[in-house]
Amino acid sequence: MKLKTALMGAVATAALGQMAYADAHEGERGRDGEVKIIYWQAPSILNPFLSGGTKDIEAASLVIEPLARYNETGELTAWLVDEIPTVSNGGVSEDLTSITWKITEGLKWSDGSAFTSADVAFTYEYCTDPESGCAQLTKFDGVSSVETPDDLTVVVNFEGPTPFPYGPFVGGESPILQAAQFADCMGAKAPECTDENFGPIGTGPFVVTDFRTNDVIQMVANENYRDASKPAFASVTFKGGGDATAAGRAVMETGEFDYAWNLQLAPDVIATMQEGGLGTPVAGFGPLVERIMLNNTNPDPSLGDDQRSVVRPHPFLGDPAVYKAMSMAIDRPLLVEVGYGQAGKVTCNWVPAPAAVNSDTFTCDVQDIAGANAMLDEAGYLDTDGDGVREANGVPMQILYQTSTNAVRQDFQALIKEWWSEIGIEAELRNIDASVFFGGDPGSPDTFQKFYADVEMYANTFNGTDPQAYLGNGLCDKAPSPATQWQGENISRFCDPAYDQLHAQLTATADADERAAIARQLNDLMVEQGGMIPLVHRGRLSAHANSLGGVNLNVWDSELWNIADWYRTGDNR
Amino acid sequence: MTDISAQDQAPEAVEKTRNQWWDVWDQFRSHKGAMAGLIFLTFITLFCAFGPMVWDVDPGKLDIRNKDVRPIYVAIWDGDAKTSWARPMGTDHLGRDIMSNIMQGGRISLAVGWTAMILAILIGTFVGVLSGYFKRLDWGLMRFTDLVLSLPILPLLLVMMLLFRDPLRAAFGPETGIFLLIVAGIGITSWMQTARIVRGDVMALKEREFVLAARSIGTPPRRMITRHILPNVLSPIMVSATLGLATAIITESALSFLGLGFPSDFPTWGKILFDSVDRMTAFPERVLWPGLAISLTVLAVNYIGDGLRDALDPRIRGL
Amino acid sequence: MLNYTIRRLVLSIPTLLFIALVIFLLLELAPGDPMGQMPLTIPDDVKQRMREALGLGEPWYTRFYLWLYQFFIVEPQYWIDGIFGTNLADGAQRIISFQSRSPVFDTIAERMPQTLWVVGMSYVVGVAIALPIGIISAYKQYSVFDQAGTFVSMIGFSVPPFFSGVLLIVIFSVNLGWLPSIYDTTHEVIDWETLKFQFQQMIMPVMVLALQTTAQVSRYMRASMLDNLGQDYVRTARAKGMTESVVIMRHVLRNSMIPVVTVIALGIPSIFGGAIITEQIFKVNGLGQLLILALQGNDIPMVMTITFLLAVMIVMLNLVADILYGVLDPRIRYD
Repeated sequence: MKLKTALMGAVATAALGQMAYADAHEGERGRDGEVKIIYWQAPSILNPFLSGGTKDIEAASLVIEPLARYNETGELTAWLVDEIPTVSNGGVSEDLTSITWKITEGLKWSDGSAFTSADVAFTYEYCTDPESGCAQLTKFDGVSSVETPDDLTVVVNFEGPTPFPYGPFVGGESPILQAAQFADCMGAKAPECTDENFGPIGTGPFVVTDFRTNDVIQMVANENYRDASKPAFASVTFKGGGDATAAGRAVMETGEFDYAWNLQLAPDVIATMQEGGLGTPVAGFGPLVERIMLNNTNPDPSLGDDQRSVVRPHPFLGDPAVYKAMSMAIDRPLLVEVGYGQAGKVTCNWVPAPAAVNSDTFTCDVQDIAGANAMLDEAGYLDTDGDGVREANGVPMQILYQTSTNAVRQDFQALIKEWWSEIGIEAELRNIDASVFFGGDPGSPDTFQKFYADVEMYANTFNGTDPQAYLGNGLCDKAPSPATQWQGENISRFCDPAYDQLHAQLTATADADERAAIARQLNDLMVEQGGMIPLVHRGRLSAHANSLGGVNLNVWDSELWNIADWYRTGDNR
Repeated sequence: MTDISAQDQAPEAVEKTRNQWWDVWDQFRSHKGAMAGLIFLTFITLFCAFGPMVWDVDPGKLDIRNKDVRPIYVAIWDGDAKTSWARPMGTDHLGRDIMSNIMQGGRISLAVGWTAMILAILIGTFVGVLSGYFKRLDWGLMRFTDLVLSLPILPLLLVMMLLFRDPLRAAFGPETGIFLLIVAGIGITSWMQTARIVRGDVMALKEREFVLAARSIGTPPRRMITRHILPNVLSPIMVSATLGLATAIITESALSFLGLGFPSDFPTWGKILFDSVDRMTAFPERVLWPGLAISLTVLAVNYIGDGLRDALDPRIRGL
Repeated sequence: MLNYTIRRLVLSIPTLLFIALVIFLLLELAPGDPMGQMPLTIPDDVKQRMREALGLGEPWYTRFYLWLYQFFIVEPQYWIDGIFGTNLADGAQRIISFQSRSPVFDTIAERMPQTLWVVGMSYVVGVAIALPIGIISAYKQYSVFDQAGTFVSMIGFSVPPFFSGVLLIVIFSVNLGWLPSIYDTTHEVIDWETLKFQFQQMIMPVMVLALQTTAQVSRYMRASMLDNLGQDYVRTARAKGMTESVVIMRHVLRNSMIPVVTVIALGIPSIFGGAIITEQIFKVNGLGQLLILALQGNDIPMVMTITFLLAVMIVMLNLVADILYGVLDPRIRYD
């Protein structure tokens, strides 16, 4: 309870500008009527364990909650427990092999029954059942068992020392399910439990009354919520579908909705909408980076399907002079201005957040076409036949540049193609439907994993604040190949023994500062050795109605993490 | 007497065939809508085909300093607007010249629209006539039509792309290869309606008196179809063709979002229109130009179709 | 004619089974994967296990057989159980969507009201406007009415809904504030006030869709009427002293209906296929949105079921059209 009050304080401070209405956000539950949320990707299920989709996880976060969450600054915050266990407070064992959570007393499920450690242990059993196909299995990586010494204590044991034990039951991807409700939905029976998956019983501020898949969810305030004065709203309408433009318009121009999620729109379009005067866009930055991956293997079609993008090296992309020149030719501030506006920042790093792991080795915010040309000239890549395209060992430097279909990415392609042509590298553009590009179907030549192109552009990120698993995407053995049915996270096929060694060192280090230092070194290696060209550090941009108070955009967890604290300001403009 | 008349008749016969086509042309010319349509279509075709030679701005050239330039006429009522005589139709949000994009986009849209439409009409008419005229073929052809109608278009196009993109690219180069793929994609997914309509009409025609009469004097099926059946199903085919042209131009823009269309740096009317919808209120000209180009082209083709139908119909021409 | 109908109905069963097989193989062959929309943060081995949990580890013929079994045996059993309260199905596995893990038919039923309200209504409105326009346009060829009708319908047809829909929203929702831009699928019509709201939220999508239908049907109607108005039998009928209305409505119209019947019959299945773009713009979330989301997510059971239901409608309506040809023109015989 103490912690909740502290959190309330933080919210109130953040909302200082709206102090005039401070009296409006104190009071009884349900005083502010209805809040309407629009997600342009419609939620299809409310069980995050059966769907990894962000839209589903965030919709479910109104109902079911984890033991601890990340707050808007990326710090761990106790949610259903008294405090965050650490080595210093004895919650994490000295040898880093177990963590003990103490559940807050008196918590109730929305059906009135008590929330106990058995529910937490059940959630672990549910997700790790071999037949369930649980989407959040990585959250439980390395867990050997979950014990429940008493009703309010949960002990998670790991197979080995785990420097970062905050995977299981932390964050929106790993909420607690009610054992009584899901007992018959284990393993292969998981998909048959439609009612349970559409209306989980939770500890969160709202209870589902009507769920229509891929369309709309209606919820009412949870009568058994732990804070009697929350949530301020009596009901939620959670509409899905349409596109980002329509969602932004509904909040900022017509005022039909109160909150619109993830408005991936060009900055000038957002600015026009904001002139509607009914809503405000807010941005937050996680570790999401838009980057160009450089193929470290040879994608030449004449090699055949089994050798293509498997054999090394690339005819010329592996030369530092080439990829550095390609990076220097890019005007990153302009990309930010054109594509993302306030939801983007220039970055030269693969892992730009949290702040501790953001390396400051490189600078890249100034375009240098002349310097890039000089670098290529010096390295011996010259335009010998005068057609404006340089040759590498007699072969023209023509590259295939692919990405998924998306308005901003196509603008980026056009701009970057233009800059590269100025340094004598000709790019052919290709855009592929996102469901095919990210689909991972081994039968399709167009997946980003197969990488049948010289460079490709997309964005990637990681959940939570610990980059260890994400940095693992640069390991040699994670490269996709026919032997692995083209599965694997090392898309650029980057391979450097020094990198592998350093990553092994990271997995064995416990000290936070030291971990951050190693992470920075890994980031520098990846960029320096030609794994990728980072372009833009992308934020999440959402919009809320001006009459909606308490919104505190959080990119480290569900965006709707603090909906219990939302309220109506009475400001109708 | 006989000699003279024989001599007279020969040149007269030549003149007569010429006259028939002159009649058609005269009738066509008297159709004001058709003439207006023909003039507009000629204009837009010349504008797109030869415009880039006069207006030689590269449509893909980015000029980020001169982005969001308004068209020149905006200066009439808004002196402060960013306008430039060098960019008479303005520029887009990346500084690409809109006029050269409309020209370049028109080349592709018109080429795709006409080819795909003609392909669909040819297949549709062929299937429809065969199926309506020959009872033996009817069941098989119509069930095949049902099958194609039932196939979900999106996966069908994705499969086509998977199977044929790389071979076509290797054989014809990236641009022609993609062009063929798009034209084929649109053509083979839009002939079914024409086929069903033509078949229905042919079945009714086949039982008319003049067909029975022609058949009773032993006219072979091939000549029956070309001489008697086809001219009489011309008007629904004309309607299909007009509607098909509009559909093909718009479908092309939809395809580029599936990765089946032209690469993103190839403008087409449909794509320019789609990309500009988000900025419709701030820059109405960006939706106005491609929208007008598509609509007026379709309207022009429709009027030409009307005029042609009237001109080719001897019953009307005689009046 | 009865014989013909029965024979066609019987033959349509193998036809439909073959269509089902082709659709299934097409979906199998198409690139894409149900895991395509999972975030990249989920590693590949976890995705592989999720695929297996969806049953994708089985070979295609097993999955096709399973779908056939579920579609033709299990689902009708649930249907009968629902009506008569029996227990034939006995908890057998229904067709489950990959995306929502819920029975496909429940979702389809959920989408019916808004699909019928919006897409169905627009079709009825469109055809009802188109027929008189086509008839009058042909009868008074090149009159002001005809010219205006031609102009409006061709412009209407060539302006894509992704533009006209947004234009309507900008005018009527953003600037004037008269109509909602987001369709409320949970809205229930219980009194005059709610009926009024239902009309307000329907009017824009219905208009956008009806314009397309009207343009198409009226063009075919007009062309076909024109063809027939020049025929000898019209002159004969007039010479016999029949009134103009009888000539037009009884003789010309009847003979002109064949292409129009074809177009209308082909259009009805597309109502249930939904109007993908218009539904998305107005957030109607009907069958069109369901189908496109399923296609994007490679939700094979959902796509398979919807497209197969559409195939059934296509085959049946084309049969109806064929029978109507015989009714309209008794000279057409199939036997």
